Amino acid sequence: MRKFYTLLSREVRSYFYSPIAYIVLVFFLLVSGVDFYFQISFMNQRPVPYSVQEAFFNSVFFWFAFVLIFPLITMRLFAEEFKLGTIEPLMTAPVRDWQVVLSKFFGALVFYIILWVPTAFYFAIFQYTTGRPAAGSIGAYWGSYLMLLLVGMFYLSVGCFASVLTKNQIIAAIISFCAITLLFFLGLVQFILLDVSSATRDLLGYFSALEHMGTFSRGVIDTRPIVLYLSMTVVMLTLTHQAFQSRKWRL
Amino acid sequence: MIKVENLTKRYAGQAAIRDLNFEVGKGEVMGFLGPNGAGKTTTMRILAGFMPATSGRASIAGFDIFEQSLQARTRLGYMPENVPLYSDMRVTEYLEYRAALKGVPHRRIAERVGDVKELCGVKDVERKIIGALSKGYRQRVGLADALLHEPDLLILDEPTIGLDPNQIRQVRELIKNLGRQHTILLSTHILPEVEMTCSRVIIIHKGRIEACDTPENLLGQIRKSSRKSRLCAMSRRMSMGSGMSFPCASNPALTCVRKFFGWQQHGTGRCAN
Repeated sequence: MRKFYTLLSREVRSYFYSPIAYIVLVFFLLVSGVDFYFQISFMNQRPVPYSVQEAFFNSVFFWFAFVLIFPLITMRLFAEEFKLGTIEPLMTAPVRDWQVVLSKFFGALVFYIILWVPTAFYFAIFQYTTGRPAAGSIGAYWGSYLMLLLVGMFYLSVGCFASVLTKNQIIAAIISFCAITLLFFLGLVQFILLDVSSATRDLLGYFSALEHMGTFSRGVIDTRPIVLYLSMTVVMLTLTHQAFQSRKWRL
Repeated sequence: MIKVENLTKRYAGQAAIRDLNFEVGKGEVMGFLGPNGAGKTTTMRILAGFMPATSGRASIAGFDIFEQSLQARTRLGYMPENVPLYSDMRVTEYLEYRAALKGVPHRRIAERVGDVKELCGVKDVERKIIGALSKGYRQRVGLADALLHEPDLLILDEPTIGLDPNQIRQVRELIKNLGRQHTILLSTHILPEVEMTCSRVIIIHKGRIEACDTPENLLGQIRKSSRKSRLCAMSRRMSMGSGMSFPCASNPALTCVRKFFGWQQHGTGRCAN
């Protein structure tokens, strides 16, 4: 366990050694800040049947930035080590493969969580300046942040898998960007294909991150997406572990 | 300390090493000599547990490198070729991270890191970022890293490559001193290096062991063997690869070998007689 923490702390620190972390943080804060501003000014113009917090987590701006950050966070995880050859000292130290895979995944997850912390202040500031709560209930905050964590875990594990496949960071980023975009739009297929049966539409609806976020940000905690995202994360991490081990027999 | 039996490694059907058999005893400094592409790095990577062999067995301190990889890896310090390091970390920070990773007890980390910094002469660059270090210092940081957990066995892949003559001398001196407490397996394609540092030498060529003996006996053999022997042809190739000349005129045996191996004073690299 101690080795895992050692690896994890290096992973997290290594984000802040490179300029990528700061660029992603600034880009993300900018986009989410603009999103928050637009949502409030939009709501100022007419009465709407949803809360500020619901609007924030369901806008195009939000999803645009959301899909884009995963390749940026995960592309370097394994690809960089392969490219620089640092995988050699790493794997000849007495560490297990799964410790390395998990430390990289959780390192990315910690950075992802750090990315989201400032957005919680938006709602606090909103409440402070307007005297009204930004969400309908406390559960709505928990729901949206839980959803962020769950979808984030799944997409980060997809990014991990993409990064372990290649030693080129750009290729890793492209693979994970395509995979994540496809996964994301899978939920939108039901709106595009009109002649599908309602059963198919329901089935596709289960995979829709948009729909899940819609429910969770209202404060409705549904267990089905929780199971879906957790199990998919485990599947992707198992695949990553397998692909990571494959370097031993591939050569 | 090291026991290798019928070790074979194939890359896409092509054998990089074939049926290697050798043993390295405790306290020995074993040199691994061969031209580029002979299979030195492959053998060392397998022994260090970085990749498995296609067939055969290898064990370190009695632990099978494939089946008890973790135990074997805790007992060896490995310095890869070209010394890949995290270029964004500082020297001390990197060594502390590596010490924790190698299972050095928490309260001993500072002491161990201090010791290896002293030993490898990286004290004056301890606060520098590794990416800003010169090749020589990077090499030393790599060596310090290999020594951190006081391993019984050191595997050093071309520890002097790319260094200037002064640094080469320092590193050789260091290896010689380390050889008093550790078992060392080091690879090189430069003959004089083995003579200066090793107690036994394995000559490897095209993935096969051509000879395994003490440097003195090998020199004797070479003297006896014909000019056209494989050893001679190989040594010629090696001397061309090194492209260096070595000042060791004081030793008559070395002078003879130098003549035989074609190391003229300016390293023309012909197998002159």
